[in-house]
Amino acid sequence: MARGRFRRDRQGRFRVGLAGPEQELLAMLPGQALELLQKDDPSTARVFPVAYTDDARAEAEYREMMGAQLLQQHQRALDTLAATAKATSIDETEIHQWLDAVEVLRLVLGTQLDVSEDGIEINDGDPRIDQFTVYHYLSMLQEEIVEALAAALPDGGTS
Amino acid sequence: MRPDRPWLVIVWNDPINLMSYVTYVFQKLFGYSKEKASRLMLDVHHKGRAVVSSGPRERAELDVFRLHEHGLWATMEQTS
Repeated sequence: MARGRFRRDRQGRFRVGLAGPEQELLAMLPGQALELLQKDDPSTARVFPVAYTDDARAEAEYREMMGAQLLQQHQRALDTLAATAKATSIDETEIHQWLDAVEVLRLVLGTQLDVSEDGIEINDGDPRIDQFTVYHYLSMLQEEIVEALAAALPDGGTS
Repeated sequence: MRPDRPWLVIVWNDPINLMSYVTYVFQKLFGYSKEKASRLMLDVHHKGRAVVSSGPRERAELDVFRLHEHGLWATMEQTS
């Protein structure tokens, strides 16, 4: 298992040890997600969760007030990931944006793949096999980023 | 809607978010210990939902927003 590919150095930056094809993938994926967000594609619904389930007016107000901010934050994160995907060192702001962007990519892909509690059923020849592979790759990447960031939390060392 | 009753912030189980990620988000946003954050995450996972914070409406709404920023499925409701 690949571990420690995001390592905090003495300056508080993170060394990134990804392989070439991973860098290519991470530089490419944000553009697709940005396009889907732009046109409010149904696969982006999970990126904008509902705050008030039984009060339509309060929910509309919440969305009105917070929706644009949420969208902008995720767009910035996706832009950062695309721009720094091939960097071998990123700063603390950037690694948090990577985590944000990877989360958005997983939410969109997971929705497209209709991921359920029982997992995903994929058989040989399924046209979604590539998406499925990317989804699992992003899950692994997210675990690695979380591991690096959690280590810096107050009691992150004790698990 | 009565202003004197506190609001609960609830995180719901969802099939996409990873357990390690959810635990990390609880620690980061609320300053919970790893133990407490893990317990809440397991509640979400096994019971389908967990109350992660509570307070006045504005405070609860801010917490919901911060959870939404992190892609978690969070809602808020007033205690009855």
